[in-house]
Amino acid sequence: MPLKLVFIGRLEDIAGEGERQVAAAASLDQLLDGLESDLAAALRGDRVRLAINGRIVADGNAIVLEDGDELAFLPPVSGG
Amino acid sequence: MASDVRLIAQSFDAGAELAAFTEAAAEAGGIASFLGQVRSGGGVEVLELRHYEPLTLPGMRDLAAAAERRWPLLGLLMIHRVGVMLPGDPIVLVAAAARHRRDAFAAAEFAMDHLKSESWFWKREKAGGVWSWIEPREVDFEDKRRWA
Repeated sequence: MPLKLVFIGRLEDIAGEGERQVAAAASLDQLLDGLESDLAAALRGDRVRLAINGRIVADGNAIVLEDGDELAFLPPVSGG
Repeated sequence: MASDVRLIAQSFDAGAELAAFTEAAAEAGGIASFLGQVRSGGGVEVLELRHYEPLTLPGMRDLAAAAERRWPLLGLLMIHRVGVMLPGDPIVLVAAAARHRRDAFAAAEFAMDHLKSESWFWKREKAGGVWSWIEPREVDFEDKRRWA
């Protein structure tokens, strides 16, 4: 099963879509390396947070991806 | 006390919501409320708020629970819009009911400061026909740090 990527805010503009299915990858780095370089650079931005299956992860490099995971890339928030 | 936390995709009547909340909090000596709306002027034609389903509403509920732990409240209302809004539309309504006014003021302000800088919302606005994403301002983080 592929992974589902969710791009929010300005990341959606860069990706050109809000969601994307990608082939399973061994690591976050490998996954990002398979994307367009400008999108990968934006997703690696130090203010971008990552949620996997609805939970924020502190260190994306430490994660193990599993089939069907949903990875959401979250830029700085602005509510109210 | 049960807090009332809602994420809604349609416009809402802030006056009616506040009236209903007030009626339900008859034992409160004071109710403090804040209404945020899309400002007119400044060239903004449309404002849109996005959210991320798995995080946004659960995060708002956690925020309400934190306010309830911190102040003795008799009621807490938190309504936040998502979707497309026009100038004059309400964006957020927060109201806190307590026996004494300071608790009500503080809880409402605490909730707003965290909604602005920490809750899972992303805002963009259209001006001159062009959309742009709004980044948080430094003052929003300073407002939140007051509560640390």
